[in-house]
Amino acid sequence: MANYIKLIALGVIVLLALMAANFARDLAYLVNALTVALAAGGLFIWVLRNTDEPVIRQDLSGEYMDEVIRYGVIATALWGVVGFLVGTFIAFQLAFPELNFEWSQGFLNFGRLRPLHTSAVIFAFGGNALICTSFYVVQRTSAARLWGGNLAWFVFWGYQLVIVLAATGYVLGASQGKEYAEPEWYVDWWLTIVWVAYLLVFAGTLMKRKEPHIYVANWFYLSFILTVAMLHIVNNLSIPVSIFGSKSVQVFSGVQDAMTQWWYGHNAVGFFLTAGFLGMMYYFVPKQAERPVFSYKLSIVHFWALIFIYIWAGPHHLHYTALPDWASTLGMVFSVILWMPSWGGMINGLMTLSGAWDKLRTDPVIRMMVISIGFYGMSTFEGPMMSIRAVNSLSHYTDWTIGHVHSGALGWNGMITFGALYFLVPKLWNKERLYSLSMVSWHFWLATIGIILYAAAMWVTGIMEGLMWREVDANGFLVNSFADTVAAKFPMYVVRGLGGVLYISGAIIMCYNLYMTIRRSPATQAAAGSAVPAE
Amino acid sequence: METYSLLRQFADSWMLLFLFAFFIGVVVWVFRPGASKKYEDTASIPFRYEDKPAPDRAESAKEA
Repeated sequence: MANYIKLIALGVIVLLALMAANFARDLAYLVNALTVALAAGGLFIWVLRNTDEPVIRQDLSGEYMDEVIRYGVIATALWGVVGFLVGTFIAFQLAFPELNFEWSQGFLNFGRLRPLHTSAVIFAFGGNALICTSFYVVQRTSAARLWGGNLAWFVFWGYQLVIVLAATGYVLGASQGKEYAEPEWYVDWWLTIVWVAYLLVFAGTLMKRKEPHIYVANWFYLSFILTVAMLHIVNNLSIPVSIFGSKSVQVFSGVQDAMTQWWYGHNAVGFFLTAGFLGMMYYFVPKQAERPVFSYKLSIVHFWALIFIYIWAGPHHLHYTALPDWASTLGMVFSVILWMPSWGGMINGLMTLSGAWDKLRTDPVIRMMVISIGFYGMSTFEGPMMSIRAVNSLSHYTDWTIGHVHSGALGWNGMITFGALYFLVPKLWNKERLYSLSMVSWHFWLATIGIILYAAAMWVTGIMEGLMWREVDANGFLVNSFADTVAAKFPMYVVRGLGGVLYISGAIIMCYNLYMTIRRSPATQAAAGSAVPAE
Repeated sequence: METYSLLRQFADSWMLLFLFAFFIGVVVWVFRPGASKKYEDTASIPFRYEDKPAPDRAESAKEA
């Protein structure tokens, strides 16, 4: 019976999507409508083929729901490579403008590919990593199977649809022009539905947990899910111009809109890229180190301090703008205070290894996790410093900001995700160990050197261009034109691109290593060896 | 009083006090007597149910 309702619903969706495609006012909307029709049509056929087939009822409550996590792991690795590839390409576009090809003008030039890169790495790579690890962690630390049955599958596939709609939309010109919130109104609505389902699965699993206490990693994951829902809805309050077009108009305007955007933007960093990934840290680092977290008390103080303070830090993106001074000072002060919980968390992560530091020599996976925490510490020191108004007057609008973001994203988010993937794949596919540890070492060094090249190049070019922009001669005239700074940055842009090449090479090695682990590594001896960590 | 001033006054008085007191409360709560022993148990949650959820029977037996 349920299948018939599903078939009717899917049929209606296909019909509506095709009608939308027919009336489409712009290319992006047309392609997105056809994508939805295709996805719903494919699902229709899949449901149809399973309708009235005999159903085998199994009691699965005694097992974890891991298949959706396996899909999530694969999606994370693949989207990661896609995102890094686009990033490396646009880095070279900046160094060599000829790469903005004449034949692809208006589709594949820097302005269109840049949001594709940021969304691919943050939301496709990072988002899939967060969803699949949170499903893994919440089950293990609640000692309960995921709540909601196939709802977890809806979350996974619904989220992939968000990614595909957003990505094709960017290239074809649908964008709200809000950083990290570029997807247009219908993608925002769909993401809201998927996100509520995600919250239900996660909170439902917590509700039926068998452990009396909610483990700290779940606190971080839950705050990430809740806060992102709030940020997403408020920052995307917009009214579509036509239901058959991708264009929409923001409800807020002027400085209110700017403040809402950076309240969203900075907390996307704070709750998506920090709180969520700290959830990963609090589970995978203790697991890989085989010892509990250094101080559970510190982790609780860390949690409350981080979420209480992060939410205020947004205005530091708007120094020297129409935003009132008191607001940007408030943002600056909270950004500087934020340094303390950040470093509290870093110390907690690093000290988890106390007494097991020798693992750094023998286990490249733990090395990856440790360097990610190191980069977390570094970028959470750099960030508060850059939020200070005087420093910001030099750093803002320069490449220093881009360097800062990448030391956090490549170093902290990337490395902790790689560490989690190396941990998860042998577990999820019941393998004794990874296919090759020396490949993990290669990945580690390629990625680390890549980040160092990237960050160093951006420090040099950022500070250089900041100083060049403000340089005035004896009569008070500006010394340099904008084009002078662009010319001066060329060598560092090439170095940055090379850093990207190293980073993506490491990621490709990882994909091969994970693939071979699934295909070739010896299986664990049933049940017995399952508690042995992947080494 | 217009909405902005009202909310602004509330935000930088009672709400500020509430958030600050809540935070201090959390820190004090974390260091309450007996916390270390309890948190030792909590911190070892990741090492318990690696492969399978906790069985239902044990749970109902405990309640009964």
